[in-house]
Amino acid sequence: MTQYVHQPLFLTGDEFTIDTFSLLDPEGELYEGASEPALERDHARRLYQAMLATRILDERMLAAQRQGRLSFYMQCTGEEAAVVGATAALNDADMIMAQYREQGALMYRGFSIDEFMNQLFGNELDYGKGRQMPIHYGSRKLHYMTISSPLATQIPQATGYAYGQKLAGDGHCTLTFFGEGAASEGDFHAALNMASVHQVPVIFFCRNNGYAISTPSTEQFAADGIAPRAFGYHMHVIRVDGNDALAVFEATTQARKIAVEKNQPVLIEAMSYRLAAHSSSDDPSGYRSKEEEEIWRAKDPLLRLQKWLVKKGWWSEEEEAAQQESLRREVLDTLKRAEKRPPPPLDSLISDVYADVTPALQRQLDQLKRHIRRYPDAYPKGAKSLDLDVDTATDSQGDA
Amino acid sequence: MPTMNMLQAINNALDIAMAEDEKVICFGEDVGVFGGVFRATSHLQEKYGKARCFNTPLVEQGIIGFANGLAAQGSVPVAEIQFADYIFPAFDQIVNETAKFRYRSGDLFNVGGLTIRTPYGGGISGGLYHSQSPEAYFTHTPGLKVVVPRNPYQAKGLLLAAIRDPDPVLFLEPKRLYRAAVGDVPEEDYQLPIGEAEIVKEGSDITLVGWGAQMEVIGKAAELAEEQGISCEVIDLRSLLPWDEDTVAESVLKTGRLIVSHEAPLTGGFAGEIAATIQERCFLYLESPISRVTGLDTPFPLVLEKEYLPDHLKIFEAIRESVNF
Repeated sequence: MTQYVHQPLFLTGDEFTIDTFSLLDPEGELYEGASEPALERDHARRLYQAMLATRILDERMLAAQRQGRLSFYMQCTGEEAAVVGATAALNDADMIMAQYREQGALMYRGFSIDEFMNQLFGNELDYGKGRQMPIHYGSRKLHYMTISSPLATQIPQATGYAYGQKLAGDGHCTLTFFGEGAASEGDFHAALNMASVHQVPVIFFCRNNGYAISTPSTEQFAADGIAPRAFGYHMHVIRVDGNDALAVFEATTQARKIAVEKNQPVLIEAMSYRLAAHSSSDDPSGYRSKEEEEIWRAKDPLLRLQKWLVKKGWWSEEEEAAQQESLRREVLDTLKRAEKRPPPPLDSLISDVYADVTPALQRQLDQLKRHIRRYPDAYPKGAKSLDLDVDTATDSQGDA
Repeated sequence: MPTMNMLQAINNALDIAMAEDEKVICFGEDVGVFGGVFRATSHLQEKYGKARCFNTPLVEQGIIGFANGLAAQGSVPVAEIQFADYIFPAFDQIVNETAKFRYRSGDLFNVGGLTIRTPYGGGISGGLYHSQSPEAYFTHTPGLKVVVPRNPYQAKGLLLAAIRDPDPVLFLEPKRLYRAAVGDVPEEDYQLPIGEAEIVKEGSDITLVGWGAQMEVIGKAAELAEEQGISCEVIDLRSLLPWDEDTVAESVLKTGRLIVSHEAPLTGGFAGEIAATIQERCFLYLESPISRVTGLDTPFPLVLEKEYLPDHLKIFEAIRESVNF
């Protein structure tokens, strides 16, 4: 009902500040008044091991990129608790529509190191057939939508996907990850509004990691973070300590309940920090201080969860050392295999543009093949795929 | 056979598709109770419920983003953009997302179920923001199909084909003809092929190619030419992406002359694509230069709309020039 006042009254929004939900302190102890989430031993170990494996994959692959073996890489470092903690709270059949920095979600769901590596090298086994840059993973089997580079486009898609899940009535929801920078795009607002109007079981998960490439969040929005935007869309919202895997797990568990049982969207803002560079092409020393990074290094999400697990007797230093060692070896062995695998066949250039290859595309491929047969040395990958003899010494792009 | 106007034919096609498959979902601005500003979705909400036919907020990028996700989930969305002039906020979702979904995932995911319906074109005193023909922006995008019907019969058959097509289709409806074009439309289910042109009238002296609302104008020009003893072959492309090169090339091999006409501006228009392809395939058979009769390279005007549009007289003059070259 409309309430009238008779003096002008302006509100600033400062009335709406949102607290941060946190369970574990940096020493891995529960805060006073905090209760442990319902997390069984094996589930907790699976969560931690996925975080650890993500960290190790990231370290090794950044090193591989620096050695020139890989064209590009993006690390999840510092945000493992936010990504893996949220994923662990979902049903494994719930859809995840991620931005690009969420390999931890795939790791948790069992994407193998082989599968990661095939995509990173775009070889013949890459599900994406070598078409996208490294880190653009996708898995139909694991309900993880293939990554798209344009920012925030996945957010309204998540709303639509979840609407279809609601109509299908199978009790599943969709969780979409994005950064606080992506929340500036129009797609974000479109997605929240539509989800709220149409009562859609979708969880909007904002990884507020402090930076959009070099732009700090203070230059990204002029408010108390992303969370208060939910009020405008009449949406459930929670802000959570993104470096506390237990808090993220608990918040997402409850968000999922709201989404699936009430068919209502939820916004989660996880406060974290991107410890690594934005990507292997970025150098954060140009826009932030080592001191600032050290503050956040002390809040490392892996250490915090690890301490808690050890205290519970669910994890040990020996297990940690053994796991690290075996993961490092697996990553290196797999990397060596994956980078030697052949590229995708030439015919994959024209497949999947449409459900069926069109005559125009077939003509263009036939013409290309005739050209490659004439100049095989100039196109070693294409020539190899056509079984032509190639002088492998000339790997040039120029005319033969 | 019942007589329908184009809106009734479109409404009838949507009704058939929704009755047949509960995964077909129609949405867009005002498409619910109101039935769309042109009434193409009349009574669908009444018949199929608010979950399957509904109004969205005013947010084109949201409509197509939502539609992409819904199609990826396995539903069959038919999203309406109220005017083709307002499709540009959704350009990124269409060009970067819709069109590339299958390709970028190596066929793990696709949005092939998606159909985007939108009214396009001039002749309704709509001025620059209710008259545009944006087809050329989208024909440059591999992964999309672009379809334009010219009458109620085509609209129903092509729309049903678009909804059931395994690829995403942008379905451009000539709004000037929504109520003006009336014709026989079978009540039952039928489809017309996407990617095939139709020879509307056979002739021997010159080939005239167009699509959508322009076909009516081309028909009139052909009649004028016939009065002068010039025999015109008239071809409706129906699909612009993919387009039926063979039918046009075979016709030009026979007639030796080609005129392409569209409402959109000349520069970068789809007629340029057709002209380039046909001169490649028919160079030695051409009796005169391929000619384009199009809108001007200006925004669409309001008061001088008739002057701007490529009409039957402009096409007739082009025919005379071509034949007398």
